[in-house]
Amino acid sequence: MEQHVRADLHGVEPPRRHRRLGRSASPYLLGAPAIVWLGVFFVIPLVTMLSLSIQTCDSITLACKLTWHFAEFPNSIGQYSDTFVRSLVYAGAATVAALVVAFPVTYWIAFRAKRKNFFLLMLLVPFFVSFVIRTTAWYTLLADQGTILNTLKNLHLVPESFHLLATPLAVIGGLAYNYLPFTALPLYVALERIDRRLMEASHDLYATRRVAFTHVVLPLAIPGIFAAFLLTFVPAAGDYVNAAILGGTNTVMIGQVIQKKFLEASDYPAASALSMVLLVLMLVGIAAYAKFLGSRTIEEYV
Amino acid sequence: MSALAQDTSIPSAKDLAPVPRERRRRWTYYSLPVYSGAFFLYLLIPIAFMVVYSFNQSRAALPQVTSRWQGFTTQWYRQWNGVPGLGDAFILSIKLALIATVLSAILGTLLALALVRYRFRGKGVTEQVLFSNIAAPEIVLGASLLGFFITLNQPRGFTTLLIAHVMFCVAYVTITVRARLSGFDPMLEQAAQDLGANPWVSFWKVTLPLIFPGILAGALLAFALSIDDFVTSNFVAGSSVTFPLWVYGAVKVGIPPQVFVLGTAIFSAGLVLAVTALVLQGRAKKARPEPEEG
Repeated sequence: MEQHVRADLHGVEPPRRHRRLGRSASPYLLGAPAIVWLGVFFVIPLVTMLSLSIQTCDSITLACKLTWHFAEFPNSIGQYSDTFVRSLVYAGAATVAALVVAFPVTYWIAFRAKRKNFFLLMLLVPFFVSFVIRTTAWYTLLADQGTILNTLKNLHLVPESFHLLATPLAVIGGLAYNYLPFTALPLYVALERIDRRLMEASHDLYATRRVAFTHVVLPLAIPGIFAAFLLTFVPAAGDYVNAAILGGTNTVMIGQVIQKKFLEASDYPAASALSMVLLVLMLVGIAAYAKFLGSRTIEEYV
Repeated sequence: MSALAQDTSIPSAKDLAPVPRERRRRWTYYSLPVYSGAFFLYLLIPIAFMVVYSFNQSRAALPQVTSRWQGFTTQWYRQWNGVPGLGDAFILSIKLALIATVLSAILGTLLALALVRYRFRGKGVTEQVLFSNIAAPEIVLGASLLGFFITLNQPRGFTTLLIAHVMFCVAYVTITVRARLSGFDPMLEQAAQDLGANPWVSFWKVTLPLIFPGILAGALLAFALSIDDFVTSNFVAGSSVTFPLWVYGAVKVGIPPQVFVLGTAIFSAGLVLAVTALVLQGRAKKARPEPEEG
């Protein structure tokens, strides 16, 4: 009897063990191609860049050697501190503008709108047109002889000498416009997720609509607002297309400096040091998010 | 008894029912939709400009886009390939986007399956890498990848472009497919296997058809990202010129109307695909109502 049972177990066990082994290996097998791709072409390059920023390169042969030359960081940050501050101010202004402009719309889609999918698609429509073409269209529209300024001047709303291109306003406006979908989507995800029964409960407890909004909706939307801030501010701070097309010589952003150093001046250590600063900015933002709002939720907003 | 109850005026169930709140239409009832409408119009301004001005006449020897309307013409559509270099750049972009989309759709779907189905060592790190990849400024992605290729002495061209495009598309596909997968009932696969299907068959016959809309949405996003990409491509393109790179190079000297023609073509194709996906999704929902909705 016992032997019989044992024989049975013996017959059953191998496939079970085999299955368990297969189960523990399969996530790695499934994930491996993408993980390897991201590891080799995303994580390792970031590490390489960190090492490039402390290397010294021969200015003629462009051969670089690891010399642990950390001076590049204070040097380049000191030299471009104005540009850094300007980039942060422009990106901050654009992010705040995008948040303020997008919040009522996402609130409306999440709480009132009937055809949610249609309006979400509408939010994404700018993505179907190339980023560069959108910015070029704004460039033509905002030109001194363009439609918008001509109309305003004919109505005598702005003085004859008024212009928009090459001003901070144009660059901030371009940034805010181009990153709006990145602001709107996390906001929508957070608002959509709010349990409607909480609103009813607050009304049952005699909250006015305003109190329900400030005490229920806003606190619950904070993770989304922060995610939207992160996903707009960080890319906007590193952007150089808007500043290059819509801006002028006194609206230079750090992205333009990095791009020039990398592609035209071949000053790799300085360019790497400058982009590391941008990367650190992003990591600090993510770490702050994880600290205050929990690391679990951050992936849900992308 | 009942008379007594009525005498002491114990409220009946009907009286206890919540008093319907006064439905006064507040200012937000009209202002929110109106504001949202204005917002969507604002989003569409440069797009409408592109579409309308792709039909604008130009009498200049070197036709350029200006905001002065000079009359309707379909000339630029007939001569879409009339600018040297632009057509080649456009074809290169399409080819690159197609290959990058297929590759990142496969890699991203597999990773999404691993992330949703299994708990494994390194899962948390993988998720953080995905988020960093999406949140990282594009210039950092491009610059670091260029630094990497320089260190390896890898010449820049189509291969490096493809590597870069798959690198920034994979995370988006993974997240889109994962969203679709997390609403998927693993019992369905179990049921298929109970009915004698092996894991391979149950994947092809049950799982894949159910998550296919998610893969399609992810692939669409990847295609849009790839064909639109400028910053990363600018770093790793070498002497290859994609459509956005060509346009950027032409901005300050003046862009020919054909750029708006090709932009309109991409826009229309994307819109048709997205609307089709939306309609199909709506139809599928109607045919198979979700349990919590029914």
